[in-house]
Amino acid sequence: MATTDIAVHDIGSGREGQRVVNDWSLQVATVNGSGSQSANTVILRTIFQMGVPVSGKNLFPSNIAGLPTWYTIRANKQGYIARKKEIDFLVAMNPETAVEDVKSLAAGAAVLYDEPLNLRSVRDDVTFYSVSFDKLVATVCPDAKLRKLVKNMIYPGVLAHLLGLDMAEMEKAIRRQFGKKQKAADLNVNAAKAGYDYAVANLEKRDPFWVERMDENRGKIIIDGNAAAALGSMFAGVTVVTWYPITPSSSLVESLIDYMKKYRIGPDGKATFAIVQAEDELAAVGMVLGAGWAGARSMTATAGPGISLMAEFTGLGYYVEVPGVIWDIQRVGPSTGLPTRTSQGDVMFTALLSHGDTKHILLFPSKPEECFSMAGEAFDLAEQFQTPVFVMSDLDLGMNNWMAHAFEYPTKPLNRGKVLSKEDLDRLGGFSRYKDVDGDGIGYRTLPGTDHPAAAWFARGSGHNEKSQYSERPDDYVNNLDRLRKKILTAREFVPKPEIVADNTSKIGVIAYGTSHWAMTESRDQLQQEYDVAVDYLRLRAFPFTKEVFDFIARHDRIYVVDQNRDGQMRDLLKLVIDPAHVTKLRSVRHYNGLPIDARSITDEIISQEGK
Amino acid sequence: MATTPTSTPAPKTNHIGLTVIEYKGGKTTLCAGCGHNAISERIIDAMYEMGVEPHRVAKMSGIGCSSKTPAYFLGKSHSFNSVHGRMPSITTGAMLGNRTLLALGISGDGDTASIGIGQFVHLMRRNLPMIYIIEDNGVYGLTKGQFSATADLGSVLKTGVINDLPPIDTCAMAIQLGATFVGRSFSGDKKQLLAMLKAAIAHNGTVMLDIISPCTTFNDHEGSTKSYKFTKDHEEPLHDVSFVPHFEEIDVEYEAGETINVKMHDGSKLRLHKLEEDYNPVDKLQALGRLAKAHQDGEILTGVFYVNTTAPTFMELLNMVDEPLATLPESKTRPPREVLDKCMEALR
Repeated sequence: MATTDIAVHDIGSGREGQRVVNDWSLQVATVNGSGSQSANTVILRTIFQMGVPVSGKNLFPSNIAGLPTWYTIRANKQGYIARKKEIDFLVAMNPETAVEDVKSLAAGAAVLYDEPLNLRSVRDDVTFYSVSFDKLVATVCPDAKLRKLVKNMIYPGVLAHLLGLDMAEMEKAIRRQFGKKQKAADLNVNAAKAGYDYAVANLEKRDPFWVERMDENRGKIIIDGNAAAALGSMFAGVTVVTWYPITPSSSLVESLIDYMKKYRIGPDGKATFAIVQAEDELAAVGMVLGAGWAGARSMTATAGPGISLMAEFTGLGYYVEVPGVIWDIQRVGPSTGLPTRTSQGDVMFTALLSHGDTKHILLFPSKPEECFSMAGEAFDLAEQFQTPVFVMSDLDLGMNNWMAHAFEYPTKPLNRGKVLSKEDLDRLGGFSRYKDVDGDGIGYRTLPGTDHPAAAWFARGSGHNEKSQYSERPDDYVNNLDRLRKKILTAREFVPKPEIVADNTSKIGVIAYGTSHWAMTESRDQLQQEYDVAVDYLRLRAFPFTKEVFDFIARHDRIYVVDQNRDGQMRDLLKLVIDPAHVTKLRSVRHYNGLPIDARSITDEIISQEGK
Repeated sequence: MATTPTSTPAPKTNHIGLTVIEYKGGKTTLCAGCGHNAISERIIDAMYEMGVEPHRVAKMSGIGCSSKTPAYFLGKSHSFNSVHGRMPSITTGAMLGNRTLLALGISGDGDTASIGIGQFVHLMRRNLPMIYIIEDNGVYGLTKGQFSATADLGSVLKTGVINDLPPIDTCAMAIQLGATFVGRSFSGDKKQLLAMLKAAIAHNGTVMLDIISPCTTFNDHEGSTKSYKFTKDHEEPLHDVSFVPHFEEIDVEYEAGETINVKMHDGSKLRLHKLEEDYNPVDKLQALGRLAKAHQDGEILTGVFYVNTTAPTFMELLNMVDEPLATLPESKTRPPREVLDKCMEALR
């Protein structure tokens, strides 16, 4: 990736001779579709298995094969796993971008390149290593047809020597990657070993970057957010899943299909679920609502363009009061935007999605553990509040591999909400669908198929009274809308509370959410260590905002709201609901170039706005 | 209390012991003489005569005059009046959630053939068990009489506007795409419509019925091709349709070769007494050819054009459990702790 703005605080010349251990980032530049994803995962896993905190970010084009792609791996002993802006070690395999990639490095970086690229002349303040990958692959792979696929497993072996990766761990990672495909695994292990042996014999270590074993990953797993969401949904008892393929959400449902086929087929061979690929996002969300009305736990996954199409149905779900869970794996908009790049650009639109007065419950996961747990919380909230609930993930979280603590088995029973059974109706004699019996704004519902003459109610997106009868009466309309507002206010007591990471250390507060959390955590340390600026930090986890958020804002003089979008959408959403006296406290830190946000960008922006 | 010998006889009930009152709905708010009201009446009759339990029925609709009608029949059934042109997806979801429901979707020509054509097409492909009725009058009533996509070439609006685009034949589309019971009827043809509705209830798969239903306010004048008069004058029934439900043993013999007997999913019999010598409703190609010819000849062809009682339904393709997914207990939908442990182990 061509990063142009190199920060002055980090590495540079003067590192020669010193060892930089477990604190660097590696970038692999390849061509999309060349099989490099396997090699990169193997490097990531090897470092993970060595007990060193690590993260991997795939920066890929919207293309099947042929366009440049970059994969960044960051190893960090302090556990910083956000994207690091500066690249320390480059593996240059793509002729198209190699020169630019090398030019964008800071002095003191290292480069491993494919020999024919002849990069040595580009500059003289970085360390170069070259390997003829074509020659090497010919020695381990007699079958010329397979060479293209195996060639990319050589650079992990070379890196094993240069960075000090344990070859035994690497072999384990490769065998895991290829699973039961024994022949492919052998071939790839041999390729990595060939790279290693060649490097041992021919490459003299001249850069300072090393991996050394740690013990930080005990009990941890590696998983992408979409797979975590899939697992969470399965353990939340999802029964109806509908989808229309769209990057970056497709892998969520594809993972779910795999898991459900494995674990949700009964002893009689029958599925306790239905997964339907719909004709478009309109139909996908329509099916979710139909199933929700029938009483099923139903969900779909999509991205921004899908959210736009779901606007009409979402309003129906809100107004008729039908549960459903919608995962928005956010990508860069507007319009088609950058389909394979990350963003938090749908926040404002989704919070108020659809015409008329609408407001929705949104959850903001920042890690795979929360993709798992919020899948369950989203269903519980959707059924409790009888309304669509959105889980606002993003491409960075959804599609990249993350370290995570092993997920905890959910022990709370499913909350299926206020559903009246035949027996309830026998006891009550009848019910009014939209009557606020309990004072929380939430009515009671019955499911179609309930065998009772008083069970039926008429679900309609047109104006209705408490008994769900058609009504155009002004008082019926106002009462209904006010009750819906009350219902969403009630939700404040039940949505996930924010995580208050730090409080009472400063007059400056920061609010971040989703994947910005990781850069924010690192930025707080930078602010403290480099500028002696302490900041308190609240991580938002849900909309509508809870009391803790209002209190946090009230307690601080200045609040920086970190958004991965151009307009500071979360800042604006806060502005709409906080005490007007506090509005001027809000400042905005925004990052919207399609790459995952990094700590340095936040730090620089806060320091600049603080006038330091 | 002693009963008096002069008391009125007990009201007539169907074979599950319900009176026809149990199948009625609210009072219609549509225009007097609207074809849709006659269709609602026939739905009540068919459900009553078939002895359908009202709580099993899910009345589904989109937006438009036709889509309002579920309020006017089966008041003891759940109903979902959704958004314009998107009743198919809501119904699909509902059936996924509870496959034991009997889904009855009411749509209009605008709701289906214009704004809803996308969802209609994909619904037909899936052979979802449901009855899909188009109450077809060729115009938008609620917005005061604009043409819809089923209006015939040359049909004239009251305002003098002439339709210059060809109509979409929803029956031909449904047959081609995979619906397994497809027919056309007329709101004014009581006998045929009732028989077809009863057969629709007995069918397992997608039933698509296009019912010509004149709009007395906006499309019942001279020059309209969807008026009562025009439809009566041009209706060309393919056959006499009759239906013998599975719980009735009365059997009338027909002369061989003159009647096609179709055995329905529940054991009922659909009888098509031939008016056209060669027509065989299990032949897709013939059905499509005959419909094309009807257009060419300016006929309004009615009857059961196509029926297939063996094609797998969407539920069968999905291999779902028999009971409703909606009410499966947690023990069946949340895998045990060991499964999570196993999944975690694979990710370490």
